[in-house]
Formats: sequence, C-alpha cells, structure tokens
Amino acid sequence: MRLDILDRGYGPGTKLLFAVIRAFSGHPVPDAARLVFYRPDFYGSLAKAFTHEAMRGPSAWSVADRELMAAYVSTVNESAFCIGAHTATAGRAYQDPARVRAVLTDLDSAPIEDGLRATLRMLGALTRQGAVSAADMRDVLSAGVSRQQVEDALAVCAAFSTTNRLADAFGFALLSPEDFEAGARYLLKRGYR
Amino acid sequence: MMGTVVMESGMPDEDKKRAAFRVLEERVLTGDGRASPEQRAAAFTGADVPPGVQALVGKVAASPAQITDADFAAARAAGFTEDQLFELVVAAAVGQSARLYDAGVAALAEATDKTAGG
Repeated sequence: MRLDILDRGYGPGTKLLFAVIRAFSGHPVPDAARLVFYRPDFYGSLAKAFTHEAMRGPSAWSVADRELMAAYVSTVNESAFCIGAHTATAGRAYQDPARVRAVLTDLDSAPIEDGLRATLRMLGALTRQGAVSAADMRDVLSAGVSRQQVEDALAVCAAFSTTNRLADAFGFALLSPEDFEAGARYLLKRGYR
Repeated sequence: MMGTVVMESGMPDEDKKRAAFRVLEERVLTGDGRASPEQRAAAFTGADVPPGVQALVGKVAASPAQITDADFAAARAAGFTEDQLFELVVAAAVGQSARLYDAGVAALAEATDKTAGG
C-alpha cells in the first residue's frame, strides 16, 4: 500500500493473525482486511461496526441487493478493488453473476425490479454529483421503495463512499478472481465485523 | 401511513445505521490522533487544508481513483508523518461520505415532509 505502516506497521499479534489466516485459508489477507487492523481504535473498529450494520443489519433490502449497491457505487467511483470484491460478493449472494454484470454494464436495461433500479440510479447521481433533489427521491419512493429502504441504501452508499476512497488512496492491491471469490465467501459467511 | 416514528424532540428516530456512522465521524474528528484536531477537521471539510496535503486531500474527496504515489511523496516532503497521512486520508474520506449521506437524508426529508415550508 502507499503507506509503509499499512504494509508493515502491525503488532506481533496481528502479524501472527495474518499469517494464520493465510495458512488456513490459502489466500492472502486482502488489503481491505489489513487496513481495519491498523490502529483499529482510530478507524477500523468503528468502520467495521458501521459497515456491518449497513450491509448485514436489519433491512428490507436483501444482502444481495446491498452488495449490488456496493458494487454499483464502487463502479461509479471507478474503485477497482471494491468493484472486484463486491461484484463477486453480489454475484454469489444472488447466485446469479450475470444479473450483477447486467446492472453494472447498463442499469436501464438490466433485468431487476423497478424499485431497486430507481434506488441505484439515485445512488449513482448522489455519488457522481454530490447531491440529489427531492424530485429524485420522489422517483424512488414512487417506484415502491419505502422511506426506510432509502435510508438503508444511503447507509450502504456512505460505507462505500468511504471504503472506495481509502482503497484508491492507499492503493489496495487487486486480487486474482479466485481470491476475490474467496473474499466473497468470507463476507457472506461472516460479514464485516 | 409512512410509519415514521417521531420522538418527543420532534426529530425522526435516527436509525441505527446513521448513528453508527456518526460515532465514526466523531471519533475521527475529535478522538486522539497524531494529526491535530484542526488538521483533521480541515481534511474532513476540505477547507483550510495545509498546503502540503491539499492535493492529496482534495483528490480523496473528489477524484480518489486519480491518486498517485507522487501525491503521498509531496505530503511526506512537506513534513507529514505516515500516521498523520493515514489519519488525514481517513478524515477526508469520511468527510466526503458524511456530506453525501447528509445530502441524501436531507433530500429524502424534503421529499417526504409535506408540512415543511421548503
């Protein structure tokens, strides 16, 4: 990563943990996972709690829908590591990678529900322009999305607005497709805690 | 009809997700750190950012995919330590996310609050 402390600044216990994870899983510890172990009191612990709540906490959106939102926001932000990670996770969560690819290629023609499409469109506008109008929100609500679902989608957007920025600033190393799939299995089994 | 719970304060019951984000925001801005709270606030808001980290902090908020090694090299050359840069990058990322989150929640409130004067 672009800061040496994020590659080498961990205590002996954390270094041992990384070695154990690598040995048992057969996959390297992704930079996204390493980051939250660096001075966890400053960022990692609270970031994990928020991200887990947004992605796995109670919501009328499924886990798959929220992973798709994460992949979509990451795509708008052109955040390569997060696109890889959450495209894999959403595809696995839906058991339908083609559906995820269709959304990321062309949202307007993708075979998804109108409410989800309207929500993704709003998140894309917010991410691109830094603002959305009340009219944009009314479009989402009139597509059958509840107010609480909009709030839940905004939480996903906030979580990945942060993670995308850190991934690109610190320079998270891209993983092989196999390692992204392993990460996806982990995120669906354990979440973000 | 909308099912929104209105508390005695008149504020909608802030959801658990947003509350968890607020805790992160608060920690990054006001908790212990190697960069001063003033520097972290500057990185968070994007205003009055020290010259040595202006380019890096600006890109974290606006164009993170364009960040290069040179942005970090310039910040190090200006005297910032790695731990300070870690904190300032996190503050800038959380700050931009907070603005997006707030903008979304405000637009939603405007769209659903029929009694607001605008």
